[in-house]
Amino acid sequence: MLVPGIEIPHLCLQCEDYPCVGACPVEALSINGKTGAVKVNATRCTACGLCVKACPGNVPHLHPRGDRVVICDLCDGKPECVKTCKEGHWEALTSIPRAEVASRRALAKTPFALTREIAIQILGEETTREALG
Amino acid sequence: MRGYAGKFLEIDLTDGDAKVTRFPDEVLRDYIGGRGLAAKILWDRLGRKWEAVDPLGPENVLLVLTGPMTGYFPGTKVCVSGKSPQSNGMMGSTVAGEFGVDLKCAGHDGLIITGRAEKPCYVFICDDQVEIRDASPIWGKRARETLRFLVKRSVEDIKNLRPLYGEVKEPSILYIGPAGENRTRVAAVVSKYAHAAGYGGYGGVMGSKNLKAIVAKGFGPLPDARDVKGVLKLAQGFAKDAFESEHFRRWGTGGGGYSFGAESSSEPVRNWQREWHNMKGYKREEFDKHWVKKNWGDFGCPMTCLKLSVLRGGRYGGAICDNPDYELQAYLGANLGIFTPEQNIYISYLNNELGLCAIQGGAVLGFAAELYQRGILTKKDLGGIDLKWANVEGFIALMEEVALRRGIGDILAEGVYRAALELGKMKGLDLLKYAVQEKGVAIGAHGVRSGKDFLTEAISYACSVQAGDHTSSASLPRKHEHGELSSIMSDSAVYCFFASFGPSDREIFDFYSAVTGWRLTRREWYGEKALRILHLQRAMLLLGGPDARWRPKLDDDNPPRFWEPLPSGPYKGRTLKRKAFEKARRQYYRAVGWDEDGVPEQGTLRELGLTGVEAKLREVELLK
Repeated sequence: MLVPGIEIPHLCLQCEDYPCVGACPVEALSINGKTGAVKVNATRCTACGLCVKACPGNVPHLHPRGDRVVICDLCDGKPECVKTCKEGHWEALTSIPRAEVASRRALAKTPFALTREIAIQILGEETTREALG
Repeated sequence: MRGYAGKFLEIDLTDGDAKVTRFPDEVLRDYIGGRGLAAKILWDRLGRKWEAVDPLGPENVLLVLTGPMTGYFPGTKVCVSGKSPQSNGMMGSTVAGEFGVDLKCAGHDGLIITGRAEKPCYVFICDDQVEIRDASPIWGKRARETLRFLVKRSVEDIKNLRPLYGEVKEPSILYIGPAGENRTRVAAVVSKYAHAAGYGGYGGVMGSKNLKAIVAKGFGPLPDARDVKGVLKLAQGFAKDAFESEHFRRWGTGGGGYSFGAESSSEPVRNWQREWHNMKGYKREEFDKHWVKKNWGDFGCPMTCLKLSVLRGGRYGGAICDNPDYELQAYLGANLGIFTPEQNIYISYLNNELGLCAIQGGAVLGFAAELYQRGILTKKDLGGIDLKWANVEGFIALMEEVALRRGIGDILAEGVYRAALELGKMKGLDLLKYAVQEKGVAIGAHGVRSGKDFLTEAISYACSVQAGDHTSSASLPRKHEHGELSSIMSDSAVYCFFASFGPSDREIFDFYSAVTGWRLTRREWYGEKALRILHLQRAMLLLGGPDARWRPKLDDDNPPRFWEPLPSGPYKGRTLKRKAFEKARRQYYRAVGWDEDGVPEQGTLRELGLTGVEAKLREVELLK
């Protein structure tokens, strides 16, 4: 809630070039051939944080215990978050087939950029500037 | 022990110490948390010298407590408490938002804040890390600027603490505005933009401790629940009830201005001179036009009764306000003679920028305007402000005077009751008859005369231990489900009672048991535990002091205006009947175990193991 009322889920978009996977020095990250999700090999991961930096949206984060990185695995193709959101009648999240999005990477943004973008749509430019500083 | 993090954080602002405090299982079983535990803590620490404790002095204790159900129940809150500068008793004031969840995830069940910082400060909590930081850059700043600074600063600080973690969701923040800093008795403790713990006046208590804000961030999971499957099942049921509650989901209480308050003749209009109006332009559809977000909820909330209003362009452009909900529409609208949604949103936004409680602040503005209408207060008294009804500019100007304690604002900042006494002394008149308040607390925007609002009993406010609080009103205990004892449950286990309109009592107790693993039956709660908390609160309310003290029975009365017949509307002529009221009051006293003056009886106190309370009441000769 950098701006009140604008709370945005911050999710992995599975960029077509997977900068996170490329950045991993110990090959702890791989791509699931079926869903396209990034898989984390917890035993290999050293929690160095390079994948977080490489991600255009800063999406991965370290597990609170600090021993490995956490990246969305799309729940093997059936994301629980989408299911819960539907059950809750919020309808904020939907799954989209991979083929329908031209560039996934273009959509990957940091929470700050995302908030600003949506806040401008909802609150208008002037108010957003005031609220975000 | 399940459902609890197991430790409370005690912060002494005077010497900047933080330490961990724990409570034995028996105490937590009896008092649960939130308001109940607050009553216990306050009594243990301040009970013996209660009348002498200045609520705005360093000796007061500020409590921010969660309960075992916080975070698990769909709809989350946190309870703020201490000795109230309004009622001089103890109140539990809850505020929505993620603060409670963050606190529990950080490993703390609550905060016990004592002493007084030498310089303005804020408390920063990130898991085990607790720091008292300099707040001079934001002291004197209004809500938006305060939040902007704290969010930015805290996110940087958290990133520094966990450099590799990645993006961090911003922490939860409780803060005060200038009204709190200036120690007014009408200031709220605020979260987000207009989520406020208003009743009780704890904003002023925070200000008196030089504490601008509390920032909390927790990375850990919620404390374990005993029966996770059971919790999930019940929570899903509650969520389903909430989804089906179309009215609240669609409109929140923001549908109130006309559609609810006026239709049921229970809305304060021009300082309660009327409770009905026919301004159809003030109906929910008109507010709806300004809602840019129509389903907004805090953590885990299925109800999403929250709306976000934004005004674009024009005189009032740039205003952002959560809702305004019914209380704000009533107290900062109809109560001031304002019936235009834009003006109401704007004044609500400014009210929040200043950190005022909309109910207490709105009530005192309405009170001043009535005195102006009657020629008791003049333009000169008001420092040149023209306080005609509906004059938005006038009310805005006076609101700032109140929050900053300037000019007449210094007197009005004391709240309706104290302002009525003080101005009455100055003018040589009895002004209490225009003050619609109960034991120092301005009454929520729900009149009881028409009998058509959700509060229908003449004793609703008069016998409540939270005085004017409309979210915790007295009713005869045969009506368990909506009585004060069930409010004590929601404030003690700390969950949102809005999301709990659906679930039955039984499901609530089952939920409590599923989280804590401790069995709690209706009989135990209504027959013993809730009563213990009620008696403690009653004792502290009756002890009062140092500046106000309530006479047993005599002050358990409705404000004078409530005894007049309703002057207009479909329920014109309806009023409360003195005899029926007295009978109900007698019945209530007897049912909860108080004597004929409303003082907890010796027998009841002993049965509940409150011998300390008995001794104290005897010492001050309330018990003979």
